[in-house]
Amino acid sequence: MIDTVLFYAFALLVLGGGLATITLRNAVHCAIALIVSLLGVAGLYLLQQAEFLFAVQIVLYVGGIMLLFLFVIMLVNLDQAARERQFNRQWVVAVTAVAVVAAEIGYFLWRGKAAFHIAENALSPASALGNTEQIADSLFSEYLLPFEIASLLLLVAVVGSVVMAKKRI
Amino acid sequence: MQPVSTIHYLVLSAALLLIGTVGVLTRRNIVIILMSIELILNAVNINLIAFSHALHQVTGQVFAIFVITDAVAEAAVGLGILIALFRNRETLQADEIDLLKW
Repeated sequence: MIDTVLFYAFALLVLGGGLATITLRNAVHCAIALIVSLLGVAGLYLLQQAEFLFAVQIVLYVGGIMLLFLFVIMLVNLDQAARERQFNRQWVVAVTAVAVVAAEIGYFLWRGKAAFHIAENALSPASALGNTEQIADSLFSEYLLPFEIASLLLLVAVVGSVVMAKKRI
Repeated sequence: MQPVSTIHYLVLSAALLLIGTVGVLTRRNIVIILMSIELILNAVNINLIAFSHALHQVTGQVFAIFVITDAVAEAAVGLGILIALFRNRETLQADEIDLLKW
């Protein structure tokens, strides 16, 4: 019961924050709405016993990425942009296309509803290890190569962003 | 009220994905377009975690970590490009950057 109430509360945060992000005029308000949405997603992780990702979501997304966004908003002067038109000319086409995709996804979810009731006995038993330990086990054994490639990607991103933001390229 | 199952999370994830797509396609401000991309990536993560929980497997969470890594890299490079662009063109409206269009 409490799970259901919490799910709907977090879902409201996620969707309300998302809608505010794409409709508000001031970029700082958009960033704050996005933080609300990301915190809602973090709550959903906690509801599904993904404690490690809950911590990562808060530390990395809310603490790291959103800080970066706010810094950039501070660096580039957006006062003039806030007074201009906010949506481009193709918005009718865009919303129509997204509505078609929404109908498609909704139809498939409705038709395939039964497929998501997974039989309990077909599952591997829940492990006795903690969530973080399980992730570490999987990440450092099965997914070691993707892990190393991800670290390379981050290195490239760091160098790339420094080069991009330099005064004289 | 029926108990929350995987399908609830999938519907929520689809809704967030569509909100993000509308943001990417309709907004003019590039900063907000990048924020909408973050919304889309979060929708993917909700999906992965929902299946990870339903199947008692931790693989979905490992994938979510990779998605978050990509999101960080994308935000860093994207915002770096944005600063370089603002320095050269003095604008952040996506439809005013049309040097390669005719």
